[in-house]
Formats: sequence, C-alpha cells, structure tokens
Amino acid sequence: MFMLKLILRNTFRHKLRTTLTVVGVAVAILAFGLLRTLVGLWYLGVDSSSATRLVSRNAISLIFPLPISYAERIRQVPGVSEVAWGNWFGGIYIDEKNFFANFAVSPDSYLRLYPEFVLAPEEKNDFLRDRKGAVVGRKLAAKYGWKVGDLVTLRGTIFPGQWEFAVRAIYRGAHKNVDETQFFFHWDYLNETMKKTVPRRADQIGFFMLGVSRPDIAPEVAANIDATFHNSLAETLTETEKAFQLGFVAMTEAIMIAIRLVSYVVIVIIMVVAANTMAMTARERTAEYATLKTLGFGPGHIAGIIFGESVAIALVGGILGVALTFPAAGWIETALGQFFPSFTIAPATIGYDLLAALSVGVVAAAIPTWRGATVRVAEGFRRIG
Amino acid sequence: MAAATEPIVAIRDLSKSYRRGEQIIPVLSDISFTIAPGEFLALMGPSGSGKSTLLNLIAGIDRCDSGEIIVNGVDITRLAERELARWRARSVGFIFQFYNLMPVLTAFENVELPLQLTHLSRRERREHVELALELVGLADRMDHFPSQLSGGQQQRVAIARAVVADPAILVADEPTGDLDRAAASEILTLMDRLVHDSGKTVIMVTHDPRAAEQAHSIRNLEKGILTG
Repeated sequence: MFMLKLILRNTFRHKLRTTLTVVGVAVAILAFGLLRTLVGLWYLGVDSSSATRLVSRNAISLIFPLPISYAERIRQVPGVSEVAWGNWFGGIYIDEKNFFANFAVSPDSYLRLYPEFVLAPEEKNDFLRDRKGAVVGRKLAAKYGWKVGDLVTLRGTIFPGQWEFAVRAIYRGAHKNVDETQFFFHWDYLNETMKKTVPRRADQIGFFMLGVSRPDIAPEVAANIDATFHNSLAETLTETEKAFQLGFVAMTEAIMIAIRLVSYVVIVIIMVVAANTMAMTARERTAEYATLKTLGFGPGHIAGIIFGESVAIALVGGILGVALTFPAAGWIETALGQFFPSFTIAPATIGYDLLAALSVGVVAAAIPTWRGATVRVAEGFRRIG
Repeated sequence: MAAATEPIVAIRDLSKSYRRGEQIIPVLSDISFTIAPGEFLALMGPSGSGKSTLLNLIAGIDRCDSGEIIVNGVDITRLAERELARWRARSVGFIFQFYNLMPVLTAFENVELPLQLTHLSRRERREHVELALELVGLADRMDHFPSQLSGGQQQRVAIARAVVADPAILVADEPTGDLDRAAASEILTLMDRLVHDSGKTVIMVTHDPRAAEQAHSIRNLEKGILTG
C-alpha cells in the first residue's frame, strides 16, 4: 500500500514531464493501433472471402476479358452451383476524387452469391426489374445523400460515355466487415450499350464469380474449369475468392510490410523517449533512493518504485491511446470512407496496444531500475567528507 | 557492571581509500577509537579530511578496506549487504545536512518510513510517529509536505524519522549546515535532549565550532588521520 502510494505520488510529481510522456505514449499507441488496423483492413477482403466462391478470369491478366459464352460451359462443370459475372466499370461520380468501386454484374445470380449484401425484398425486386437500376451500399448512399429513386450519372472511363442509373436498392452488410460502399448495376445495360457503341467489346466479361456446393471440392472444380478452356483463345485462371483477394493484396505486400515496420518503429521510438525520461527521473532521485536504502529499504523496494512509475506512466498513456483510437477510427471511417469502408478496431488490436504500452514501460524502466537498485548508498549521496 | 562501561562503538585500524581511474586516494588511515554509550561526539576536520566517510562507515552505509567496526557487539564489516540494511534499520538513525525527506510524503509519512519495514500494525505505527513528532514539537505539522515547512522544521522531521524506530545510535552529517543560527541552536538543543533524556548516542560531523561545543567530546580528523 505504501509502495503504491509512493509510486503514484512520484508518477505525478513532475506534472508537465509526466503529461508530455503520457501524451507521447498515447500518440504512439494511437498510431500503432491505427496502423495495425490499417494492415488488418488490407486483408479484410481475404478474411471475409467465402470458401464456396471461386473467381475465374483470363489467365493472361485480369485486364483481358473472357467471352460470356463461357458461362454455360462453366455451369456444366460438376460442383458448380451458381454462375455470376461482372465487369469492373471504373465510373466516376462528378469528380475523380469521388472514388468508389462500381461493377456491372449479372444481378440475380450475383446477389444470390453474396447473401451478405442484405436488401429489402421490394427494393431487390425493383432493382432486378429495372435494367438501368443500381444497388448501392448504405455508406455510399449516405455519403452522397442518395435515396431510392434518385438518378445517378457516372462518367465512364473504361467504357466511355455518361451512364445514367436509378438507385433502386440500398444494401447493408450482414456483418460489420461487409463493404457498404460499392455500386452495382446490370451487366446487360453495359453490354447492350456496348453492342450499339463498340460492338467488338460486347459479350465480354471481366470475371466469373462462381458458387460451389462444398468448400472441399473448390480446388478440384477450379482445376476442371481451367482444363475446360485449356488451349482456347482465352484460357481461364480459376481460384478461390480468398486466393484471388490475396493476389491483389500481394501486389501491395511491400507497402503493408513497410506500414507494419513503421508501427513497430513508432513503439521503439517512444520506448527510447520514455527510457530517457525514466533515466532522467531516476538520476534526479538518486539521493532519495540512497536515503531509502540508508533507512533499510532494499534494492527490491527501489526497483519497485522506479519500475512501478514507468509502467504506470506507460499504461496511462496506453489507455489514453486506446481511448483515442476509437474516435480516430470513427473519423477515418467517415472522412476516408472510400478507402476504408469499415475502419473497425479489433479487440486483438486493443490487446496489442496495451501489450505495446506495457512493453514501453518495462523497457523504459530496465536500465534506471537496475541503476537505482544497485547504487551504493555512499555513491548515491555523492559525498566524500 | 562491566557491560555498562563497554563502548557502543569500537573502531580498530580502520582504513578506507577511493579509486579514481588508476589513482588510489586514501581517505582514512589506521583509525582506532571508541565511543561510549550515551556520548555526544563531534567529528571535526577540514573538507576532505574523511569525517563524513568515517560517519558513513560507522553507520554501515559504506564499506571499509580494512579494520573493524564493532557496534553494540556486532562487527558490521562482516555483515552481508542485506544483513547490513536490516541492521541499519534497527540500530541507526540518520540526520542529514539537507534533511533528505521524501518530497512527495507528508511529515507524518516521512517519519513513518522506517516503520514500514517493521511488523508494527498501522495503529502502532501511528502512535510511534505521533510520539516522535511531538518530541520534536511538530505534532501540528504532520500533514504538511516538506516544501510547506521551514529548513529548521524539516530537520526536526528528519530527527523524528531518525528516532521513531528507537535506534541506539544517531548519526548526523552537518545537521546544522543548512540552517540559520536560531534554527541550528534549536536542532542542537533537541539532539542534546535526545542524549540526556533518551540515552541516545549521537555522532555528529560538523564544521561549526559552535555546534561542536554542544558535544561531550570532539575528535579531529586531518587528511584521514585522527589528530585529537
């Protein structure tokens, strides 16, 4: 009890120094938490991939199309339960800064493959019936103030022209990790327009999204599909949705590694800063430690006082950092929603934050604790009479 | 009867030196003397004469190179660090020039410090502390922090802390060195009372001849050698 009292009073003895150190730790923990969340989000698509969905695309590259005629042949492959297709549309809403993912898809089959996109039944029917209809995510609709019935015009980049859509449905995610910032419309609308304006680009799709009856047969089904189109003009590369998403993530793996490293560097920097603070504090109090030793307190008591103070400062900073992480994540989700549709702090991240804060306290205290505990009383007083 | 006349401190052939790089600096050479129980001894000498080092050795907060220091029948030069710390807590009260109070603790809590290492209950500790603070005339200041007390009052708190565990010996290193004349006089009177009324043995290092006059006996050190 006495030790705890001494630790707490020592902790807040130099208010400015303690406050600055606490704020430093808090900012570092905030940065650490946000960076870790960012890295986690990068893999969100991978994590939320379904084990019963396959993606089939042109084997040369994703930018090369496949003929729509493949759909029927794929449907014949044993194990395939659903066939949907789509194109990355790449349309721009008013200005290029208004980025969001927009796809032309086979509406009925695509929605069947993605039960996690939850639509009101009447809105879904309206969407399916209207060839110029679009379904948009809840967050996207909220961002631009779209309501069901609104007309939205996208400027095509890959498919030139002004494309007009009527918002027929707004979907929400069945769980928190579902991206609610996407925009889907009828592939038929795109294809029919292409037939009129650029016939050579008609009847071609960017990818097939396939459902399989059981996860365990997915590799075999993928191999059979690719074998079906082997030596054709447009060979396919079929993989699980997870592998497909990982392929995207792999392109930016170096950036993710760099971000991860930066998150660790932030912690190392604050460790050094906190260690310096603790060293300074312990040095200033050497005479007090010597006095305590003179009175009979042992090295364990002195170590406890220094160590306790360091850990207390780091944990206060850590808790503050964790507390700040939530409003910061909320702000990111609102202000940068097009890049981070669901910036959710995972419980594991909070655990890592507190562990990092504890590590800062422990490491920062190591040398000052050792010095304080081992200082000889006479040396502590620095006096030779 | 013989025990009553036995010295409380007996020092024999005590030597101590410090090493600074390659250089060995002798601080004390072949010191031998005794201190009787209830004696108020002043150790005097110029700066660097070794008087504070001698005090530290007697109090068990420094180690000698050779010789014996027998306090109350215990040769403290033979005690391990942990035993020495326990012995200090039991046997010696310390009074420093700059009081060495914990600034984050109140007068009460500072005086209570040595008792934290005992098995006394909270109530017993409170009784001891209140008695010690009454003894030094600061019963009404027990909730004050050191920064709220004058130099003389802080030194009185330090004296209360030194006596609260009822040690046989008090060591004081320039106890009046940081005080004005009036406060210094109060402190010396208080120490004298502790000798006369409580039978404490006081060993005081001082530069101040007026302070030394309060002592029963004076030992002079010069360049690490006892000269008188």
